Amino acid sequence: MITKRIIPCLDVKDGRVVKGVNFEGLSDVSSPIELAEYYTNSGADELVFYDITASAEGRSLFTDILRQTASRVFIPLTVGGGISTLEDFDRVLKCGADKVSVNSGAIRDPDLIRQAALRYGSQCVVLSADVKRVDGQFRVFARGGRDDTGMEAIAWIKKCVDLGAGEIVVNSIDTDGVKGGFDLEMLSAVCDAVKVPVIASGGAGKKEDFTELFRALPGVDAGLAASVFHFGEIAIPDLKAELRRNGILVR
Amino acid sequence: MIAVIDYGVGNVFSLCRSLEAIGQTPVVTGDPDQLRKADKLFLPGVGAFADAAAKLRDTGLDRVIKEEAAKGKPLMGICLGMQLLFEESYEFGQYEGLGLIPGKVIGMEGTIPAELKIPHIGWNRLLFPDRPRHPLLQTVEDGDCVYFVHSFYATDCDEAVIAQAEYGKVLTAAVAKGNVMGCQFHPEKSGTVGLNILRTFCEGTW
Repeated sequence: MITKRIIPCLDVKDGRVVKGVNFEGLSDVSSPIELAEYYTNSGADELVFYDITASAEGRSLFTDILRQTASRVFIPLTVGGGISTLEDFDRVLKCGADKVSVNSGAIRDPDLIRQAALRYGSQCVVLSADVKRVDGQFRVFARGGRDDTGMEAIAWIKKCVDLGAGEIVVNSIDTDGVKGGFDLEMLSAVCDAVKVPVIASGGAGKKEDFTELFRALPGVDAGLAASVFHFGEIAIPDLKAELRRNGILVR
Repeated sequence: MIAVIDYGVGNVFSLCRSLEAIGQTPVVTGDPDQLRKADKLFLPGVGAFADAAAKLRDTGLDRVIKEEAAKGKPLMGICLGMQLLFEESYEFGQYEGLGLIPGKVIGMEGTIPAELKIPHIGWNRLLFPDRPRHPLLQTVEDGDCVYFVHSFYATDCDEAVIAQAEYGKVLTAAVAKGNVMGCQFHPEKSGTVGLNILRTFCEGTW
């Protein structure tokens, strides 16, 4: 059977990893390439590169970094951040990305998902949704979680899957940064609604949070996190051992 | 020289980089002369079978590939490239493949338990049929996983199957018939396990 995936997410700005990273054995702690190699060697199943650059200059630095990383790291790479057009898809796929994640760009123009799925295949198109509870409802937020779109999240996610999204990253704004565990209630609602892979994001604080995630929700395919990996609070080999001990299939 | 067959289907960036990482200098080409000169061929591919098969026919590369394979040149198909090696596919219709390996390609829909997601996407463990390990997979250890992304799979090809993966049923993961080989998974995205398979193919005598 297919294994559960563990995915570190790297925020990249102007060609550098943004959040402070501190690992022994890394000579340049903010080099996305070195960090990507480090994670790959420690058993990460996939990497997400998130481009938080605003300038055109930063954009070309990002694709440069991506190209170099994809020349040295041979596991699936997902790229997100500022993807608004088919040209954006093209730009990162040519540099070695395997999947492209869309968020605000799809909110502005949902047809982007349909067009991208048609051109590159659904397996290439990932919907990333930032979701927060508002008035007892799951709401989709845009622009990095700043703007309430007013859209109900489950309906939005279903619509995107119908348009051709092949995978969903559910980032719970409510649990993000709290380190109290993943948002099982929100994730469960998404798993019940769609039949494509679901990646849980937001809330991981310790290894046991991943165990709880995969135990409670067998429909979740992967767990994504950033700072707990970057700050060394969770080492991926330890996490995999913990999951294995608990009967969860991992690579 | 290792040639990656360019017929306008899919992205060969990662395949080329992975071949470079194992010391090869791959040439991406759709030029029949170059393909004839090459020592070994890779047939990549993602997307729909019908489109890819049509492109191979329209470019005339189907004949080149068949001729070279018949001469004994080692050929490796990857993902859709592996599926194209078979006689026919039932992906949204019925389409003819290269016919280099007996068997056909069918959809998972309706043939695996309904609760399983399609495509079969992610890392899955390689299993081996009950016969001596094929040399292409000599470096693979028990329990090693490789990366899959597919909704269709090869069947009725028992004699050629050299590895499988379990996803609601046992699916064909790799095939070989003489000098013609194929991986349903992506060796160029399967970490060290995948690189070793590519190295074995590139450096081996077939």
